[in-house]
Amino acid sequence: MVRLDNIGLDYGPPGGGGHTVLSDISFALPQGGFSWLLGPSGAGKSSLLRLLMLAARPSRGHLEILGADIARARRGALPGLRRRIGVVFQDFRLLDHLSAFDNVALPLRLAGRPEGQVRADVAEMLHWVGLFERAEARPAELSGGEQQRLAISRAVIARPALLLADEPTGNLDDAQAERLMQLLHELNRLGTSVIVATHNEALVARHPAAALRLHHGRLAQAAPA
Amino acid sequence: MSELDHRFRRGHDDLGLRRALPGRLLPALVAAMAFLAALAAAGVVATAHLATQWQHGALAAVTIQVPRPGEPAADDAQDQTRRAAVQAVLAATSGVSVHQLDEGELADLLRPWLGDSAERLSLPLPAVFALHLADPDRDLAALTTRLDQAAPGTLVERHELWRGRLAALARSLQAAAGLALLLVGGIAVAAITVATRAGLAARREAIELVHQIGAPDRFIAQRFAARASLLALIGGTIGALAALPVLLILAWLAAPLTGLTPRLATLALLLPPPLWASLLALPAAAAAIGWVTAQATVRGWLALLP
Repeated sequence: MVRLDNIGLDYGPPGGGGHTVLSDISFALPQGGFSWLLGPSGAGKSSLLRLLMLAARPSRGHLEILGADIARARRGALPGLRRRIGVVFQDFRLLDHLSAFDNVALPLRLAGRPEGQVRADVAEMLHWVGLFERAEARPAELSGGEQQRLAISRAVIARPALLLADEPTGNLDDAQAERLMQLLHELNRLGTSVIVATHNEALVARHPAAALRLHHGRLAQAAPA
Repeated sequence: MSELDHRFRRGHDDLGLRRALPGRLLPALVAAMAFLAALAAAGVVATAHLATQWQHGALAAVTIQVPRPGEPAADDAQDQTRRAAVQAVLAATSGVSVHQLDEGELADLLRPWLGDSAERLSLPLPAVFALHLADPDRDLAALTTRLDQAAPGTLVERHELWRGRLAALARSLQAAAGLALLLVGGIAVAAITVATRAGLAARREAIELVHQIGAPDRFIAQRFAARASLLALIGGTIGALAALPVLLILAWLAAPLTGLTPRLATLALLLPPPLWASLLALPAAAAAIGWVTAQATVRGWLALLP
């Protein structure tokens, strides 16, 4: 499902002069697993997520995601892989000019689903996260918690094989965070592999799972918690 | 959900391009380009028409002068004059139409130099034949030889100098008009590229997000291309419509030169069919330029993303 061998990532100009953010990362996650990605700010969690969501290609090493060798994959093969990966961004990245409904519908429309199915699926999803009454609202008209639920809805609407979440509880109170965790576990039970980056240790303690701990761009722990 | 249903029927603007590629500036620029293109196209069509007219008119004409037309021909067995000998040769030549200038026409030719007294001066005037060649490029060497044998001293004048000058003039006019057309097309490409880049910059976050959640390059490029070609189509149509009255006025003014009588009923006939075709093709050409340019610009930009 996800396999990294001696992965390194540099930012900056290729061929030297770059800034190394990840070094010698090796681990493998099975299909359908749930993993925490832990570490202090600046440890490289977001950079590792960028590699896993195919927003960057590794500078070194072997990266395999959903059965594809990312270093060797043609650029044209990546969009198809990305559509099987759901991402909840730390800053949500909702499209301001679209309604809540259209934001959630975006992945389905990209996948070319028939409009009737798009409408039914999005309506069901908005009911599930309690935003159906706000379907026509723009993201700017929603509260932080509502925006977060909208971002999660968009990430999971197309039933991704891999779900990546970057600090998904950052803007939520404890009750909302618990509700989100139930939602992630529910998806995980339905077969989606889930990786959640956080530095909310209390949340991790309440939901024990395998953990990847980064420290200064290196893997400090890659074992079941 | 009726309100939602209504929204869906309008088509999706996932990338917010209605605001990123606004509907005024680009059509205005393309309209100006299309207006200039229509004038340049008129130049191309007019010079092509002129070149054809010269080719089949002035350039296809040959003058033959027979000095001392009334004297007996050189090796005359039938006692005919030099004029008759030349006439016989010309009558036997295919692919030419012959007109012999009569005394009145000759007097008209000479009047600028000799005044009205030309006929009274009893000058030894040559016989003059005007030949029109069916094939303007025909080689006249054989005919010249036969004419010289029939009546030594006969001059065959083909206006080679003018022929060359007029052909060069027509070619350079056409080249200038064609160059103007190319230049206008190039500026249109540049304008659409700049507008598309501005749209990409304005919608950078949305495009990066859509790319991230799995949109192929062609999906994003098509959205831009559809918007840019629609705006270019609008601009091209406005430009062509604006050029139409100008071209009609120019054609009206030029009508005496082209042998047409300007009448409102024959307005459509004032412009040659190739120009009508060019005007109709302008909006389509503008749309095509918009589509191809936006596709290339967006795909080039997206290629920088992983």
